[in-house]
Amino acid sequence: MLEVLGDNSWMAGAVLLATWETIYMVLISTVLSYLFGLPLGIILVTTADNHIMENRVLNRILGSIVNAARSIPFIIFLILVIPLTRFLIGTPIGTVASIVPLTLAAIPFVARIVETSLKEIDQGLIEAAISMGANARQIIGKVLLPEATPSLLLGVAITAINLVGYSAMAGIVGGGGLGTLAYYYGYQRYEDTVMWITVIVLIVLVQGMQMLGDNLANKIVNKRR
Amino acid sequence: MIEIKNLSKIYFASGHEVLALDDVSLTVKKGEIFGIIGLSGAGKSTLIRCINMLEKPTQGSIAVDGREITLLDQQELRLARQKIGMIFQQFNLLSSRTVFDNVMFPLEITRVQRPEATKRVQELLELVGLTDKAGMYPAQLSGGQKQRVGIARALANDPKLLLSDEATSALDPQTTRAILKLLKDINRQLNLTILLITHDMNVIKEVCDRVAVIDNSRIVEVGDVLEIFSNPQTPTSHSFVNAVISRDVPVELLHSSTEHGGDTASKLVRVSFIGASAGKPLISSMIRRYNVDVNIIYGNIDRIKDTPYGNLTLEVLGHPGLLQEALDYLRGQGLEIEVLRNA
Ligand SMILES: Nc1ncnc2c1ncn2[C@@H]1O[C@H](COP(=O)(O)OP(=O)(O)OP(=O)(O)O)[C@@H](O)[C@H]1O
Ligand SMILES: [Mg+2]
Repeated sequence: MLEVLGDNSWMAGAVLLATWETIYMVLISTVLSYLFGLPLGIILVTTADNHIMENRVLNRILGSIVNAARSIPFIIFLILVIPLTRFLIGTPIGTVASIVPLTLAAIPFVARIVETSLKEIDQGLIEAAISMGANARQIIGKVLLPEATPSLLLGVAITAINLVGYSAMAGIVGGGGLGTLAYYYGYQRYEDTVMWITVIVLIVLVQGMQMLGDNLANKIVNKRR
Repeated sequence: MIEIKNLSKIYFASGHEVLALDDVSLTVKKGEIFGIIGLSGAGKSTLIRCINMLEKPTQGSIAVDGREITLLDQQELRLARQKIGMIFQQFNLLSSRTVFDNVMFPLEITRVQRPEATKRVQELLELVGLTDKAGMYPAQLSGGQKQRVGIARALANDPKLLLSDEATSALDPQTTRAILKLLKDINRQLNLTILLITHDMNVIKEVCDRVAVIDNSRIVEVGDVLEIFSNPQTPTSHSFVNAVISRDVPVELLHSSTEHGGDTASKLVRVSFIGASAGKPLISSMIRRYNVDVNIIYGNIDRIKDTPYGNLTLEVLGHPGLLQEALDYLRGQGLEIEVLRNA
C-alpha cells in the first residue's frame, strides 16, 4: 500500500489510526449494545402471547419504545443524544464519545434481531422443557439461547456491520475513525486517494466481519449436523 | 393413577369457540398401558396435554397420583411435571446437545449432582440401547433412535407416569414395533403407568391393556382392548377395529353359496376366538362329531397385546338338525359364533 501512496506516505499512519479507531468504536458499541439489547430481545420474545413469560402490557410497551427508537434516522439521533454524551463522557466529540450514540442506536436494533433469532425456535422444544418442569430462566438459558446460537452470531455480524456504517456517519460530525478521515481529506481537501483507501478499508472490514460471523455460525451448525 | 372428571376444554380461536373436549371422564390405573384412540381433530392431544397442564382445562378436575393438578401453583406444578414424563411425535430433542446431554437435560432442571446424573444418563442410555450413540447429535440419528433418546429423557427423573403424544406416528411400521416393545418393557420393568394417544389401532393392539375411543371431543367407549376388538360397540370403534383386523365379509360371499342337495342346509358363520381356545382343534372335532362339511371363506389370527385372537368366516354344510348342534358345540367351547347367512 505504501508504494501506491508515493510521497503521500504520511497517509498510511492516518489510515491505520483511523482504522483502529473505527474497529475500537464498533467493537465496544457492539458489546455494549448486546449487554442491553440481548436481555431486551429475550424479554420481547418471552413476554409475547403464549410464550413462557406472557405479559401483554410489558410486551407492547417495550415493543413501542423499540419501534420509536428505530424510526429515528441515525444522523438525527446523533444530534439528539449530544447532551447525554456530554453528560456521560464530558465531550460530544471523539472516538469515545461516539460510542454513546452508536450503542444507543444499536440497542433497539439488537433487541429486534435477537427477537427474530429466538422466535425461530420450534415451539415443541419449549413445550418439552415445560413438560419436564423447567422454569423460565432454565428455558432461556438451556433451550432458547443455545438453540439459536448460530442465528444469534449472524445477528452480531449484521449489527457490527451496521455499526461500521453508523460510525462513519458519526465520524462526519467529529466522531473520529474512518468517517472523519474521509471527510477531512476526501471531502474538504479533495484528496481522492484517501477517499478510495477509506472505501477499500471499509469493504475489507465489512467482508471480514461477515466472514467471521458466517464461519462461526457454520462451524456450530456443522457440528450439530 | 389418573382420575379425570368432567373435563372440558374450549379453545378461543380468532373470535369463535372450539369445543375440543366435552365432559370427559376417565380413570387410568396404576401400572397399566392405557391407549386413547381417535380420528384427527377428535381432541386426543388436547386431552393428554391437559394432564400435565400444557393446556389449561376450561372445566373439570384431573388428579394424578391422588393430587389435583389443576389447583397447583406454578412452583408446585413444575415439581409435579418433573414426575410426569412426556414423549412427542416430533421427538423435540435439543439440536444443540448431544444424545448424552439431551438425556442430562431434565436432570439439570431438577439440579441433580453431576456424578449422580452422569451415572443415571449412562443407565438410561443402556436401557434404550443407545450407549454407543452418546456423543452424537440428534440430527445424526434415525427417527427410531431419536424417539429412544426421547424416552430415555422422559424417564430421567423417575416419573410415575409417561405420557405419549403419537410417539410412533412419524416412524415406519418396523421401527414403531421396536419402540412399542421398548415401552412395553419399561412398563413391566419399572411398573410405569403409560398413557398414550394414537390414531393407529395397531398401536393399541400391540401394547395397550385398556383403551378409550374418543370421537368428536367425547369419549364414546372405554374397555379392555380384547373386549373392544371382539365386540366394538360404536361405529367409530368398529371402523378402528376393522382397520386392523378385517371382520367384514365381502358382500358377494353373503349371497353366493356352495351347491348342495335338498336335505343339506348351509350357514355362513363367523367364529371368533380369544386366548387359549385358539390353540385347540375345535373345528376339526366339530366336523368329525357332527358330520358336517366346512368351507373356509376367510380367516385371520392375530395377537392382541399378548393374547392370541382370531376370527374365521366359515360356510358350514350339513344335515339341518346337526348343523345347529354343531354350532352349539363350538359355542359351548367358548367360541363366539355369529350367523351371517342361512340357506
Ligand atoms: N391451540 C388451539 N387453538 C384453537 N383450536 C385448537 C387448538 N388446539 C387444538 N384445537 C382444536 O381442537 C380440536 C382438537 O384438537 P386436537 O389437537 O386435540 O386433536 P387430535 O385428536 O390430537 O388430532 P390429531 O390426530 O390431528 O393430532 C381440533 O378441532 C383443533 O382444531
Ligand atoms: Mg394430536
